Amino acid sequence: MGSGDITPDETVLWDGGFVNINLTLITTWAVMVLIIGSAWLITRRLSTGPHMSRWQNGLEVTVDALRSQIREISGQDPDRYLALAGTLFIFIFVSGALSILPGYVPPTASLSTTTALALCVFFAVPVYGISAQGVGSYLRSYVRPNVFMLPFNILAELSRTLALAVRLFGNVMSFTKIVAILLSLAPLLFPAVLNALGLLTGAIQAYIFTVLAIVYIAAGSRVHRHEQPPMESDMVGLDAYGDPTPGRPPHESPSSTSEENTTPTPPVASATGSGAATSPPPSAKSGGAP
Amino acid sequence: MEAETVIGMVSIITAGFTIAIGSLGPALGEARAAAEALRAIAQQPDEANTITRTLFVAMALIESTAIYALVVALILIFANPFWAEFTG
Repeated sequence: MGSGDITPDETVLWDGGFVNINLTLITTWAVMVLIIGSAWLITRRLSTGPHMSRWQNGLEVTVDALRSQIREISGQDPDRYLALAGTLFIFIFVSGALSILPGYVPPTASLSTTTALALCVFFAVPVYGISAQGVGSYLRSYVRPNVFMLPFNILAELSRTLALAVRLFGNVMSFTKIVAILLSLAPLLFPAVLNALGLLTGAIQAYIFTVLAIVYIAAGSRVHRHEQPPMESDMVGLDAYGDPTPGRPPHESPSSTSEENTTPTPPVASATGSGAATSPPPSAKSGGAP
Repeated sequence: MEAETVIGMVSIITAGFTIAIGSLGPALGEARAAAEALRAIAQQPDEANTITRTLFVAMALIESTAIYALVVALILIFANPFWAEFTG
């Protein structure tokens, strides 16, 4: 990738008129071959005993971490999403981590790659949603609060796909670009330091892309589960607010309770009382509701 | 001045303003998110894992606005479609 172009798409290695092979294709296939080849090599001789190869151990740790993360994020059976989400994470992570190699540009620095990944998520949402709850129930989720929200729901689907693609592309591309610029300005030490920072950013971006994909897909396949009992942190927040509407997203509870820190809120009382914020005592709930 | 110079000048000035203004809002938003998350962790240390994970995702969502501004600025400088008409 030269200094004048911002994506590896423009580094054309073989031009065949309608079809041309650019650097993105090469690096994408190289990453895929690397992942599949190493996975095949590692899983060729699996052992169930206590003596296993360290590669098998590493792979098991990876899959186990992926499963526990998916279970925590989606709150559902992780095996449904493990194939898609794990593939997304490992591909984006490996393609970002390989940027320590000289001459390598991550394929995620090209908008075509990230658009393809985002389109996978875009089409996975209805596929998983329909397989989980049926066509009618899934389509009814688009008119969920009322029918006037239909255009906004459709717009949200499209815009979050665009945001998913442009976010990953912008992060990875900007780091490769900044390293390329620094290489021409201060070629001794700074590009290496910034490249290390780029590795961290690439790992975080892989995590974020996967988390958002899981959140979108899981939200599309559990729309009708509004009747589930709210979590304990929600009940604390409900008591503090006197808000009768159930279904407050659990992610809002930390910030919403911390805004009310001048009043004696139940989380403070439970933290000082028992130290276990996950199980507030009944006295805290009665103290929080005047 | 010829058109090429004008386009280059306007592009570079606009790119500077784009990233300057476009990073203001996300910076304020991320600072507020981090402060609130720290306060929440101080109040509920047991929930630190959940709060940190949510903070990462929220940071990425907030940051994406700045990333859009950065992409526009970089396109203006390195891949300007109007500039390319003249320089070839």
